[in-house]
Amino acid sequence: MTEETNAPRSLLYLDGVSVSFDGFKALNSLSLVIEPGELRAIIGPNGAGKTTMMDVITGKTRPDTGTVLFEDTIDLTKRDEADIAQLGIGRKFQKPTVFESHTVWDNLELALNRPRGVYSTLFYRLSGEDKDRIEEILATIRLSHRKDELAANLSHGQKQWLEIGMLLAQEPKLLLVDEPVAGMTDAETAETAVLLREIARTRSVVVVEHDMGFIRDLGVKVTCLAEGSVLAEGSIDFVSSDPKVIENYLGR
Amino acid sequence: MITSFVLRALNGRITITIAILLAVAALVPALNILVPPGNPFHIPTYAVSLMGKYLCYALLALALDLVWGYCGILSLGHGAFFALGGYAMGMYLMRQIGPRGVYGDPILPDFMVFLNWKELPWFWYGFDMFPFAMLMVLLVPGLLAFVFGWFAFRSRVNGVYLSIITQAMTYALMLAFFRNDMGFGGNNGLTDYKEILGFSVQAQGTRAVLFAASAVMLALCLLLASAIVNSKFGKVLVGVRDAESRVRFLGFRVENIKLFTFVVSAMMAGVAGALFVPQVGIINPGEFAPANSIEVVVWTAVGGRGTLMGPIIGAVLVNAGKSFFTGAFPEFWLFALGGLFIAVTLFLPKGIVGTVEKYWQARKATRKASETSRGGDVLTAQPQAAE
Ligand SMILES: Nc1ncnc2c1ncn2[C@@H]1O[C@H](COP(=O)(O)OP(=O)(O)OP(=O)(O)O)[C@@H](O)[C@H]1O
Ligand SMILES: [Mg+2]
Repeated sequence: MTEETNAPRSLLYLDGVSVSFDGFKALNSLSLVIEPGELRAIIGPNGAGKTTMMDVITGKTRPDTGTVLFEDTIDLTKRDEADIAQLGIGRKFQKPTVFESHTVWDNLELALNRPRGVYSTLFYRLSGEDKDRIEEILATIRLSHRKDELAANLSHGQKQWLEIGMLLAQEPKLLLVDEPVAGMTDAETAETAVLLREIARTRSVVVVEHDMGFIRDLGVKVTCLAEGSVLAEGSIDFVSSDPKVIENYLGR
Repeated sequence: MITSFVLRALNGRITITIAILLAVAALVPALNILVPPGNPFHIPTYAVSLMGKYLCYALLALALDLVWGYCGILSLGHGAFFALGGYAMGMYLMRQIGPRGVYGDPILPDFMVFLNWKELPWFWYGFDMFPFAMLMVLLVPGLLAFVFGWFAFRSRVNGVYLSIITQAMTYALMLAFFRNDMGFGGNNGLTDYKEILGFSVQAQGTRAVLFAASAVMLALCLLLASAIVNSKFGKVLVGVRDAESRVRFLGFRVENIKLFTFVVSAMMAGVAGALFVPQVGIINPGEFAPANSIEVVVWTAVGGRGTLMGPIIGAVLVNAGKSFFTGAFPEFWLFALGGLFIAVTLFLPKGIVGTVEKYWQARKATRKASETSRGGDVLTAQPQAAE
């Protein structure tokens, strides 16, 4: 046996995954492999199945057929959302979703990777260590100055960042980020690219985006989806020069 | 651990309210018993029981608010838990009658003799013992809530659908309790009580003590509710209300969170029912009526859901209004209640307490802003909430 067999070869492995809604195939035999430590960008036209793919990975939607494995062995199709989150898969929704009636601080405190049972949360006390961790995340997502404000009062871009911060607090091995820069200013978009690259240094990240400038900024391997399966995969220049991609996506 | 859990519950306003409730628990009985009837400060016994009834309703509304206001589960069946707690107490009171019933049977309550039953049904065993009956006051509503919640929350029944099945639950129980062969006295229910713990239920002293017990129990439950909503669990609860899927994808088991809260709330409602029954002297299947559960929602909405004070204030105010209206213009009460609900929904969506709170916060914010703009060191002067 070689040493490498211990480390998982793939962090996430999708093979032949299909999902249909009332006969409409949202995912059509989709296959995709994410390696440990990889940052991957996913593009594709509206309705390509990008969000549905995340739904399948995070246990929200059960695939009709296909294999979904985490760390080579864990079958994600048999787990529910809470299980999968605890395994170490975090998810940012397409529409930013934070707890609006809680402060920024409380949002992060709730997300912190600590025991999540009824008993543990009833008797939870904020430790010095947890405090430091929250401060650290606040600095990373550039919200330290607004920590005591209600999340409802944040700007759209700041809510996106807060949600990314909540995922960081969760300490996931894999982060799925659905359209993080939608509705952001150019400056915010550029800063988000920096932020995601920073985050990807210590974990795998899958980013779905329409913003081609942003994808270029990230400078990573790109997968283009269309009609529920992979159309092309490779560097941004390779993918964007593929005639099928131009016809299905970029050309439109 | 427990101390910090309780201490966290005692923020300024809660401490004051608990102090007021305890003071009321002592003062009202004193004004009833120690002050002679002719004196203007005297509180007549009927009024003591009436106020005791309001406090039971306040506890019921507090229980509902825990699931509705904080967790977003609109239960339209909380009256059922209240009634079940009431029946458990009623069964104890029936067994206390002993041979003093009309038919003089030493064991069987009158209605069973009347139905020609020869033996006490098994589910009436043990109710002659006060501690057992009190245990049932908690366990019966708690168990029903557990079984109901287990299925409903696991299969992710939400929103309107959940509200409808809670209504169906209380309606089904009402029909069941109306039947004579269920063994709970049919449509007459359980009444004609004589004694509680050896004291006459009619006596002035007993009534005063029951009132005091209601006030103390409300204070205790307020403390518990405050400890729950001010813990991290409470923050998760509000998270479930506002963005359930976010909570799930953070790795929390939403069904367990809801189930725990629902069961605690049902037990509180049961306790309220148990205190209610000896003060009004009867429990019958009418308590399961779907409209009763809806009224609880109105009290909570009027007072302010998602606040701890709101349901208490709402329940007392609306019921005081009801007592007045049903005395003065009985035929208008239902219209008044409906009108009140519509008015609150339209003009005070946060209820009385929520609106006052919002006003205070806005005032505080503007004052802080104007002080900061004057350039003082006010921010450092304001102590942070102690951890
Ligand atoms: N729960 C559902 N029920 C029915 N159809 C659905 C459901 N979820 C997704 N779909 C359909 O599946 C297809 C794929 O949707 P999906 O949201 O995955 O696309 P997407 O690639 O994320 O698109 P966008 O870029 O607009 O976010 C769409 O046609 C959508 O209408
Ligand atoms: Mg999408």
